[in-house]
Order: sequence, then C-alpha cells, then structure tokens
Amino acid sequence: MRVTVRFFAALRETIGSSEMTLDVGPDHDKSANARSIWEQATRMPPDPHVRVAINKTYADFDAPVVDGDEVAFFPPVTGG
Amino acid sequence: MIIDIREQAFDPLNEIRQVVATQPSLRGKYGANAIFIGTMRDFNEGDHVESMVLEHYPGMTEMELGRIVDECVAPTPVLEVLVIHRVGQILPGDDIVLVSVWSAHRAAAFSACRNIMEALKTHAPFWKKERLSHGERWVSGNTPGDDCTPE
Repeated sequence: MRVTVRFFAALRETIGSSEMTLDVGPDHDKSANARSIWEQATRMPPDPHVRVAINKTYADFDAPVVDGDEVAFFPPVTGG
Repeated sequence: MIIDIREQAFDPLNEIRQVVATQPSLRGKYGANAIFIGTMRDFNEGDHVESMVLEHYPGMTEMELGRIVDECVAPTPVLEVLVIHRVGQILPGDDIVLVSVWSAHRAAAFSACRNIMEALKTHAPFWKKERLSHGERWVSGNTPGDDCTPE
C-alpha cells in the first residue's frame, strides 16, 4: 500500500522534508499504524510530544493506516 | 459559522460590521457580541521579536476550526460565529486571530467565545516561528488561558 506522509513546522525542518510518499510492504499491511509509518519515514522511535493526524483528523500513534491515507506528524500547535 | 484563513492583514472591527451588514437576520435578534482579538507582541520570553511566520496545515486547519466551533456552540444558543486567523508573514501590532460570537444574551456569547479561543490554542494546527535580532526560533507552546500572572 502507499501512503502520503507530511511533516510540519520544527519537525519538517528536523526531518528535512515536508512530504513523502511511502510504500509499505505487504508484510506490514495487516499491522500498519501511525507508529509504523513514523518509524519507516523517520528511522526514529516515536516522540511522545509529536501529534498525529490521519486524513487531517487527530489520531493516535496506534491508529490504523490504510492504502491512500495521508498521515501527518507535527509538534504541539501554537496558533492564536 | 464563518471561518477564514488569511494571508493578508485584516481589520477585526470592520469584519464584524460586515457580518452584521450582510446578515439581516441577525439584526434585532442578538443582544450580545463577545469578541476576542489576538495581536502580535514585539516581545516574547525576554527577547525583542521583529516578525513572525505562521505556518498551518491547509485543509486540516479549516476542518479542525469547524469542529471546534461546532463543539463549543452546541450547548449554547449562539446565533453566529466568525473566526479569522492569519497565516504567513506577521508583524508586531498585526492582529492574528479574531473570534466573534453573537447570541441573544451575554452568557452564551462570553462562554462560546472563550471556549472556541482556548480550543483553537490547543488544537488548531498553526505554528509560529519568530524572527529575532539574533536568529529564528519556533514557539514551543502556548501560555495557559487561565494564567493571569504578570509577565
């Protein structure tokens, strides 16, 4: 399956990329979640401060990810 | 509900007048209009701030603001809500955010306005990057809404 991964703000600068397309192998299909996408995309362990959104809705690192999803990772928000 | 993400500076009071002028159904029905305007300071954490860039997550920002407004007005008899938020390059003195709530009585307007603002601060996907005289830095977090301690 194929997912789009996006990074914002300080995390985008740390990772050095704002967006990437990730091909997740068949072995991972059954268990793909935001955590496995993060690990594959960043080669880093999950950061408890990082927020996750799947298809522009807040989610947990444990949330399942399916083909075509957009998975975003970003630091705590600071608007307003 | 009106939600607008702007790259250009805006005049909050003019925006409020426009809503009332273009919605004749509001006239005579609201007795309270609670307003919050957030404005950029030229100082933060002891440093002079020259400017700021506000990044956001297009698409999710609008969705999340819509959800926040829906959730905050659900328990209250609110007639209309206007939320405007700046993105891009911002200068000290520029208004960053406007939350304006119209209702028949003040209690609903006050509470919805504050609840929307507090939820926006903790959930809407915006990020501030400050430009200082000696470099740039990301703002790491927002101050709590109930913190009245003098800075």
